[in-house]
Amino acid sequence: MSGATAKRLPHVLILGIGNLLWADEGFGVRAVEAFQQRYHTPDSVRVMDGGTQGVYLVQEVRDADLLVVFDAIDYGLPPGTLKLIEGEAVPKYLGVKKVSLHQTGFQEVLALAEMLGDYPQQLLLIGVQPEEIEDFGGSLRPAIKAQIEPALQHAVAYLRHQGIAVRPRSSPLEIDPYAAAIDDIRRYETERPGPEQACRLGDERVVWSGTYEVGYRPADLGGEFLQVGLDQHLDSYRRARFEREE
Amino acid sequence: MSTKQTPNGFSLDDSGKRVVVDPVTRIEGHMRCEVNVDGNNIIRNAVSTGTMWRGLEVILKGRDPRDAWAFTQRICGVCTGTHALTSVRAVEDALAIQIPENANSIRNIMQLALQVHDHLVHFYHLHALDWVNPVNALKTDPKATSELQQKISPRHALSSPGYFRDIQNRLKKFVESGQLGPFKNGYWSNPAYLLPPEVDLMAVTHYLEALDFQKEIVKARTIFGGKDPHPNWLVGGVPCPINLDGVGSVGALNMVNLNQISSIIDQVREFVNNVYVPDLLAIAGFYKGWTYGGGLSGMNVLAYGDIPDRANNYSADNLMMPRGAIINGNLKEVHEVDLRNPDEIQEFVPHSWYKYPDESKGLHPWDGITEANFQLGANTRGSKTDIRQIDESAKYSWIKAPRWKGHAMEVGPLARYIIGYAKGDKEITEQINFTLKTLDLPVSALFSTLGRTAARALEAQWAADKMRYFMDKMLANIKAGDSNTANVERWDPETWPAEVKGVGFSEAPRGALGHWIRIKDTRIANYQCVVPTTWNGSPRDQQGNIGAFEAALLNTKVERPEEPVEILRTLHSFDPCLACSTHVMSEDGQELAEVKVR
Repeated sequence: MSGATAKRLPHVLILGIGNLLWADEGFGVRAVEAFQQRYHTPDSVRVMDGGTQGVYLVQEVRDADLLVVFDAIDYGLPPGTLKLIEGEAVPKYLGVKKVSLHQTGFQEVLALAEMLGDYPQQLLLIGVQPEEIEDFGGSLRPAIKAQIEPALQHAVAYLRHQGIAVRPRSSPLEIDPYAAAIDDIRRYETERPGPEQACRLGDERVVWSGTYEVGYRPADLGGEFLQVGLDQHLDSYRRARFEREE
Repeated sequence: MSTKQTPNGFSLDDSGKRVVVDPVTRIEGHMRCEVNVDGNNIIRNAVSTGTMWRGLEVILKGRDPRDAWAFTQRICGVCTGTHALTSVRAVEDALAIQIPENANSIRNIMQLALQVHDHLVHFYHLHALDWVNPVNALKTDPKATSELQQKISPRHALSSPGYFRDIQNRLKKFVESGQLGPFKNGYWSNPAYLLPPEVDLMAVTHYLEALDFQKEIVKARTIFGGKDPHPNWLVGGVPCPINLDGVGSVGALNMVNLNQISSIIDQVREFVNNVYVPDLLAIAGFYKGWTYGGGLSGMNVLAYGDIPDRANNYSADNLMMPRGAIINGNLKEVHEVDLRNPDEIQEFVPHSWYKYPDESKGLHPWDGITEANFQLGANTRGSKTDIRQIDESAKYSWIKAPRWKGHAMEVGPLARYIIGYAKGDKEITEQINFTLKTLDLPVSALFSTLGRTAARALEAQWAADKMRYFMDKMLANIKAGDSNTANVERWDPETWPAEVKGVGFSEAPRGALGHWIRIKDTRIANYQCVVPTTWNGSPRDQQGNIGAFEAALLNTKVERPEEPVEILRTLHSFDPCLACSTHVMSEDGQELAEVKVR
């Protein structure tokens, strides 16, 4: 079932993934929202907010001949750096530090699609290095938000290069006034309650970020500052394994 | 310590070797598990730690209550819709909003579709590989699998030797290339795997079929919810109007959509009946001797109930999915559960990283406080990069300890099925009796890891049937002239009282879910979610009662502590979530193994 035939147009999927509630982790979803509002695409193109979903996205990937993914990436680049990764170079792990709830994950979605013999023929990941993800309920930082526009330009150029007729809408789609605040970045930001009411602590790592004062500090163990980092403590191991596999 | 008795009847001994499994799952908060095994590698102490604060409660404060559903469904990557449903129910309860019958039917179909979807994906893509060995599947003659398939499920069309040979070849290519894909990093040489190779090949084949099939279920949710993932919901009803003639308003449900959903429901029932349930029975037959993992299930189980037959009636006798509580294994008495009663559901924090003014007392969720207080016990062992060993005598989890009238409870499909069985629910009793008879097992076999896994399959079958019931009910209602799907009389906040509170509940695939809301001056003043994993993954309470995960792990024999497939089996049987990376460390923190868990 994979592959474009001579008769039909290639199926295109433009997918944004990430968690809107984790500040810059929401980049992918905000980018795809902006894409939908600003560009008109032919019927063979689907524009999808993949949100926090993991394995349930596999059929969408399988159905796509050409896949463009917006996501936050961790390549250790300066915050706000935009990076394009194409085809085979798309890594096994997407998302940042695995805190995003969709981390269950897109890597697996790609592996499963490949196993089922329906890997997209063309794949472009448009990623941005986040600045802040440990701000629960927060929005994109300015440097990350500023990359939405360039990210869209790259997506449009790539799609046009592939012969997909993408054109700007004469005026951007209006946001449904009945939509929930989370679906409208402006309202998501302006209606956010203040920090005294809605504390910004996401998880224990935030406790250690030094940004926030908390009432209690954990016991000092052997003179060393104890860090609780479910993900950090796996990072070196993951890197080692990743390098081995490379 | 080393040995002590818990008030809820378990014996804990932490003198043996400590094994750390971290993370077990990350959704609904990350999770870590530590156990002590004795000289015979039997688990004698278990500690379940939620290692991430969800924090959802605090980000909702001050937001518009009509939007809460959209925030709550972004928290979880799996059961998004059930949070949204629970949230709109909480707001409707607070504002006394009545929803139309069609909205109730559509919501039920959405919720049932989620149940089937989640159970199916959980079984094949997370849990199956705790029992099924894909590498072993290469050893069989596909003819043997074909014969087996035709025997256990003659109605399933995909059963030829050639079909299974193709799958086997595809699998072989993955194995030979050294890329097991999703099957990478399993404990494939562990003696805990007991299936003959022809069963392994059948199960792996259905792993792929289920992956292909599950997209059909998503389509139903997309039609009703406008999009999926993250379908749309609405306080007061559902956001899809009905217009049977299919002209006029764009996006309205018409006869074409409804027929499509109807056809999807038929396919779902067929797949569950012809593939999922026969597989469950076939696999369970080889693990009958593995009786571990009962934990709290034979003692204390809880369900809030769900799937109201008639709209707006949330009393137990109108809920098709049963509600009740069973205490101390007394199946003769099913207690009524009241989510509003401040003395019933309470959350405690003596072992949780939160601060209460008086931590000897529990708080009802309406009065819940979510204030972080991260501190570790004096016996915590660790370095600056990680905690090697948690001190469970102190605070040790980001999960609060919810209790029902002071009891630690198990929630989930098994809890629902035990309650339904105890109440004499006809369909549930028939399903359980059929399963036990087929496997030649006594009722007591239900109270186990396998019982939990079986209940999930039976519930998927039940849910698929009920989808048909509500589809037919809705069509009859529409034909009788009622196409109403939303009540917007109280949409405008100006119609709301200055201060109100409400509670919404549902049965999420993984168990009882409640959202408690307080609305003040049209904004959310307090929001508390008690999610299923809060119940099952609960840490200890003031009295030292252990929660469902901890209880279920006790007394399990682990063949190879460095490959704790038995721990994963039991934890996965609660459906904590989808695939994740699991990390095993020995006592000294050295990494012994790393697996892909699915």
